[in-house]
Amino acid sequence: MGRIVLNQVSKSFGSTEVIPPLDLAIEDGEFAVFVGPSGCGKSTLLRLIAGLEDVSGGVVQIDGKDMTDVPPAKRGLAMVFQSYALYPHMTVRKNIAFPLRMAKMPKAEVNKRVNDAAEILNLTDYIDRRPGQLSGGQRQRVAIGRAIVREPSAFLFDEPLSNLDAALRGGMRLEISEMHKRLDTTMIYVTHDQVEAMTMADKIVVLQAGVIEQVGSPLELYRAPCNVFVAGFIGSPRMNLLTGAEAQKHNATTIGIRPEHLSISNESGTWEGTVGVSEHLGSDSFFHVQCAAFENPLTVRADGGLELSYGSKVFLSPDMAHMHYFDANGLRIE
Amino acid sequence: MATQQSRSAARLMMAPAVVLLMGWMLVPLIMTLFFSFKKYVPLRGDTIGNGLDWVGLQNYERFISSSSFWPSVQTTLIIVISVLLITIFLGVLLALLLDQPMWGQGVIRILVISPFFVMPTVSALVWKNMFMDPVNGILAHLWKFFGAEPIQWLSHESLPSIIMIVSWQWLPFATLILLTAIQSLDREQLEAAEMDGAQRLKRFWHIVLPHLSRAITIVILIQTIFLLSIFAEIFVTTGGAFGTKTLTYLIFQRVFDSQNIGLGSAGGVYAIILANIVAIFLMRIVGKNLDK
Ligand SMILES: Nc1ncnc2c1ncn2[C@@H]1O[C@H](COP(=O)(O)OP(=O)(O)O)[C@@H](O)[C@H]1O
Ligand SMILES: [Mg+2]
Repeated sequence: MGRIVLNQVSKSFGSTEVIPPLDLAIEDGEFAVFVGPSGCGKSTLLRLIAGLEDVSGGVVQIDGKDMTDVPPAKRGLAMVFQSYALYPHMTVRKNIAFPLRMAKMPKAEVNKRVNDAAEILNLTDYIDRRPGQLSGGQRQRVAIGRAIVREPSAFLFDEPLSNLDAALRGGMRLEISEMHKRLDTTMIYVTHDQVEAMTMADKIVVLQAGVIEQVGSPLELYRAPCNVFVAGFIGSPRMNLLTGAEAQKHNATTIGIRPEHLSISNESGTWEGTVGVSEHLGSDSFFHVQCAAFENPLTVRADGGLELSYGSKVFLSPDMAHMHYFDANGLRIE
Repeated sequence: MATQQSRSAARLMMAPAVVLLMGWMLVPLIMTLFFSFKKYVPLRGDTIGNGLDWVGLQNYERFISSSSFWPSVQTTLIIVISVLLITIFLGVLLALLLDQPMWGQGVIRILVISPFFVMPTVSALVWKNMFMDPVNGILAHLWKFFGAEPIQWLSHESLPSIIMIVSWQWLPFATLILLTAIQSLDREQLEAAEMDGAQRLKRFWHIVLPHLSRAITIVILIQTIFLLSIFAEIFVTTGGAFGTKTLTYLIFQRVFDSQNIGLGSAGGVYAIILANIVAIFLMRIVGKNLDK
């Protein structure tokens, strides 16, 4: 079990309101990702759920029980910190066993659970080392091990992969997703990386300045971003957001078209432009094309085989079925 | 310091300091060693000019067989160990307290640290005359206020009094080192322990104290070296009477009261040996603790 409901929860530090009152429900077994730019209040929101920070207003419910004033240890949640927060003077075994020892669990049961966790996380060979003697990825595993032995009703992750290099990050992302499927436990995962959000989440919560901009599945956000901010934040490379006369033609203030929904041609098309920088990834190529109709260059995705020289003339055509329209307030027009 | 040139430049620039330090330490050390093998009692007419008689290990034997020797070693150890225990215990408490956010934090921290700036002689005199005086001292007034007989601190409770004075002087040092150590503790570790269900005391025991172990060893090492040689506090309060004669004080008495420089020097050599045994001992513990 692990259904988490926030009801009009808000948080201020002194006179600065970091999180205005917000409502949010995370279902049991769901993998929810809080995503948003740095400093938007993701960690604060997670810490409010964990109980490490007191709410300024509102109610935090876990499994229908009011947990607003319950201390962190009694909420049945486990957290993995960005810095891992391992205990440096304890061995891996003692680190993982720590929450169980605090809960006064019998020795045999502690050993069994620690060994199981070490097995699952491939830590058996390192079990008697101290955190200082482990690599970043191994430390991350120890931190996760310390969380899973408690068998919590929900896991909280605060940017757990941001200290790892790109290759390891990809691997750990898979492992965490795998772990979620196996344990079938609620997970709340904070990140500023929209790729992590898209690949892992059942439900993405997009935050900006403490305000929830949109909640939905990755594909919902991709297909129908409810405002300009979400449109620009979700998807990689970013959506092209265009203003001016072309947008006016569609009775919108801003129109948005993703790089993958633009086609490129040498002969004819909607907008004429010149090719700027090209980025070849092998499977795909991205071209930055400066069109006369728009102030900023457009990003276009094309097949990896296509090669265009710098400064050559091309035509771009948007796929009208995937065009997004936004009004003067930045809100989506259906 | 990679190249030959930069190495020799470094040596050249360090030379004055090295020469000065060597002179500062080696000359007195060699003189002490020299006198310790000689009969040198100026009141009986011994002078360096006339040449001193070689007496071999006689001074060493006399110093150690004196009835004051073992009691003075014991007193020294009691003072050192008690002061260490008190300053570390109270230092940890104070450091924890000062780490809490509170009003007037800066001023309070300076106040706590200020005893360290008072010279040992001055602070011992202040304690002797203003606090511990059996007639006019604040403590005497306090005792009288509660209807108790004032304690004759420096004569009846002499050793505890000295320990109190010295602890008061060294508490700021311990507090300062421990406070910086506490401040360097990663907050997320404490939060993780809190999530893991560790109550306040458990967090202190399992997280904070192990984190402080390195700072505590440093405090022990530095304080021990200085505490072995405390002198002013004893000189101005009890003058070595009432069982407060430390090894340092005994050497002082041999040289200045009995005017026996040879005997005092032998005592000095014993003190050097004792200090080195303690230092080697501590270095090994610290070494073990530091390369974790
Ligand atoms: N303890 C605190 N005191 C004051 N301001 C804070 C505190 N913690 C966070 N903030 C502020 O709250 C905002 C959100 O911080 P945070 O939740 O850490 O952002 P994120 O995790 O999304 O990067 C930031 O502007 C930060 O400066
Ligand atoms: Mg954060």
